Amino acid sequence: MSAFSAIGEDREIDREEFTPTLEPQATWCPGCGDFGVLKALKQAMPEVGRNPDEVLLVTGIGCSGKLNSYFESYGYHSIHGRSLPIARAAKLANPDLEVIAAGGDGDGYGIGGNHFMHTARENHDMTYIVFNNEIFGLTKGQTSPTSPKGHKSKTQPHGSAKDPIRPLSLALTSGASYVARTAAVNPNQAKEILVEAMQHDGFAHIDFLTQCPTWNKDARQYVPYTDINDSEDYDFDPTNREDAQEMASEAERSLYEGEVLTGRFYVDSERPSYQEEKQAIGEMPEQPLAERYFDDDYEWERSHDLLLDRHK
Amino acid sequence: MTDHELMWRIAGGSGDGIASTSQNFAKALMRAGLHVFTHRHYPSRIRGGHTYTEVRAKTEPVRSRGDGFNCLLALGDSFARNPQEDAYYGDEEIKPLSENLDELNEGGIIVYDTGLLDSADIPNFEERVEENDWHVYPLNLREIARDHGREVMRNTAGVGATAALLGIDLEYFEELMAESMPEDILEPNKEILHYTHDKVIEEFEFTHDLRVPEGSHDEEQVLLSGSDTIAYGAIDEGCRFIAGYPMTPWTEVFTIMSQALPELGGVSEQVEDEIAAAALALGASHAGVKAMSGSSGGGFALMSEPLGLAEMSETPVVLVEAMRAGPSTGLPTKPEQADLEHVLYTSQGDSNRVVLAPGTVAEAYEQSRLAFQLAYGYNIPVVLLYDQKLGGELMNVPASHFDREPNPDLGAVTTEEELEEAPHGPGGKFHRYRYDAEDGVSPRSIPGQKGGHFLVTGNEHNQAGHIEEDPTNRVTQMERRMSKLDGIREFLDEQDTQTYMGPEEADYGLITFGSQQGTVAEAVDRLNGAGHSVKGIGVSDMMPYPEAEMTEFLESVDEALVVEMNASGQFRGLTQKELGRFGDKLSSLLKYNGEPFEPAEIVTGFEASIEGQDVPDQQTTYVPAAGD
Repeated sequence: MSAFSAIGEDREIDREEFTPTLEPQATWCPGCGDFGVLKALKQAMPEVGRNPDEVLLVTGIGCSGKLNSYFESYGYHSIHGRSLPIARAAKLANPDLEVIAAGGDGDGYGIGGNHFMHTARENHDMTYIVFNNEIFGLTKGQTSPTSPKGHKSKTQPHGSAKDPIRPLSLALTSGASYVARTAAVNPNQAKEILVEAMQHDGFAHIDFLTQCPTWNKDARQYVPYTDINDSEDYDFDPTNREDAQEMASEAERSLYEGEVLTGRFYVDSERPSYQEEKQAIGEMPEQPLAERYFDDDYEWERSHDLLLDRHK
Repeated sequence: MTDHELMWRIAGGSGDGIASTSQNFAKALMRAGLHVFTHRHYPSRIRGGHTYTEVRAKTEPVRSRGDGFNCLLALGDSFARNPQEDAYYGDEEIKPLSENLDELNEGGIIVYDTGLLDSADIPNFEERVEENDWHVYPLNLREIARDHGREVMRNTAGVGATAALLGIDLEYFEELMAESMPEDILEPNKEILHYTHDKVIEEFEFTHDLRVPEGSHDEEQVLLSGSDTIAYGAIDEGCRFIAGYPMTPWTEVFTIMSQALPELGGVSEQVEDEIAAAALALGASHAGVKAMSGSSGGGFALMSEPLGLAEMSETPVVLVEAMRAGPSTGLPTKPEQADLEHVLYTSQGDSNRVVLAPGTVAEAYEQSRLAFQLAYGYNIPVVLLYDQKLGGELMNVPASHFDREPNPDLGAVTTEEELEEAPHGPGGKFHRYRYDAEDGVSPRSIPGQKGGHFLVTGNEHNQAGHIEEDPTNRVTQMERRMSKLDGIREFLDEQDTQTYMGPEEADYGLITFGSQQGTVAEAVDRLNGAGHSVKGIGVSDMMPYPEAEMTEFLESVDEALVVEMNASGQFRGLTQKELGRFGDKLSSLLKYNGEPFEPAEIVTGFEASIEGQDVPDQQTTYVPAAGD
């Protein structure tokens, strides 16, 4: 029996498997967009064909960080902004796992901004969901990196003097090979995009618009939106980087003007994932590293030969 | 004493090949049958700036740098002659000669490169030579190198010259050169080596007495640094994942591992910052791989959050911390032992980690292995604390010391069979953090194991890993996590990790930790030789602290002097805190000028301390006992 027999199990997966049988009391506010992410994620899992024991969901801190309290899988509720480095190392240690990272806009674009840039650059084969509600929710309504310029909060009483972060453009520029935006108010599109992202072989970034009815009633996340991939108004090829960049800029500008554009902005299925790159240059084994610790027949090399060779 | 040993110092500019030349010199002497030890001094610069390395060699084992040195090879700082108009190099050029004279012992030898250095630039050079009975051999090494090969081969010329003066057989150098150099470089180097050697014998009348003694080892030796042994210990313990960000002096371990791991089917990752580095190590460890990360003081500061997460989530990980002088970026290339409190207490909440501090190059291998055994056996983060001195110094160790079986055991993890039997909580979640765990160690499952999914969180959590703020659960989980340290203390007691020095019974004690252990050992021998009654202990366990052993040691002596490289006596403070007494018995000998202790400084400091005097004119500080 393999050490990881949950991986690649061939059976029908039921979305209910991802719901805790004794669900902990939800601490999200009524009407919170996070429910939409949770629902879409649960719906996506059967299509991706992964069971709870082969999924590792790594979250940061904040309302979004509670996602894995309500989602049944291997979970790692880590620390503010650090979900990506934890997630990508787990993927390197065992590429057979389905690795998902999730966090809020403060978590992902603020404190974890550096990790976001570098994880995208390396194109790790994983899915990154950023709950973007343009506000710090759990700390009670402070301005976040995606809050619009002029946004007033208790910590920015005169209104923010900063331009918001442009997450789609940032992901693209950094090298993400799949970039999408969806919204909690449309669970069908959200589910589709999540399935695609998980099936994508590379770093898939989803800017997930989630409404915060408690602290950010003014944000645009509630309004009807346009799916750029379906709309005839946008002549648009998501496999073309320049098109994608233009489209992303347009979406980021118009969001604050009341028009919400969602969908796949960029899909590059040619670019090898980081794991493939690393294997190609001989810096990563073909077999999952983690398997080796359970393989009684594996011959562990000792430093002694190396030592006699170099230091005698 | 200096009559029987060689303390050879090669000085030049950073980038002039001082490190590689001295490494080969030490290796040659080791192959010639001697015991060797090196001490490095270098500035925080890439090219130019005064740097030196000492190689101490004798027929008996060498445990520390010597008192001063007795043979100087001053090569000159070639980069101080940079012709760029705007560059100001001040008096750099003469430093390889001028800066080293203060520590050159009476009767010592000076070989200097007249092609780059002019002794006339040094005030009172002739008088000082006469006063100290130095033996000076000026040679135009630059010209010799240029005539027979290339100017950069001045090092080889210098080695040939000192080999002639000291009576070292050239075959050892030739052998090493042949192993490391391509043919086109090897030939001119060999020519320069012989040419200079013969020239020195022909042209000079030797006025000095120092010759390298004959030596022979009982068994095969290897020349290793503390950074090497930490890396090799990790490899033998099954570590196959490292993540890091470069920072002096931790970079050495990171580099060695990054070169070795791909060959061993492992993974090395250079990442964006130290927070990421430590977080990556946690991620890999969580997914079922033995993983490490590390840094030096400033980088380790960034790791305090992941470190706390590892404690709370009980994710095993080994972090190495290579101390350099602080605070802040401090003296980037100089040793200090002032991060002890930083690694003991950094991160929020009650500390629940292991901190080990190896005392010698050989011990660093054991402690590195031990670090992984404890981390994975107890699901706890372990910090391996050492300093720039231990990391960079080279020492010969019998090769058999490292001839051991690998240990890839992941420690406290379940198998899928065990998971079927294991208790599961609400929602089907495996009881990862069960209250009734033996020794406080609740085994984990690895993602991908069937039936093992659970939630890891840095928040307080219940048995299944769910966030839980219930006071009873809080107390139970806190006590379980903290209780692991008791088991670890017992385990470490059995391992006998402390190092005892000198006689079993003595009136006075010398206490130290980390890299100063060898120097203290030498001082203990000298003090006993001089009629004092002294024993010493080198402590390796910082957390959990070896209460029983230290209590016994301190009860057995009248007074004890704590020797450490920092300004505030951190290890003395830890000892008093942990034991809750002995404050009236403990005094401190401190050094924090960027240089490690020399044995004589400890001898002098000790003698001054027992006579209640101030330490005489040297860069050490004596702090008397203050009471409990």
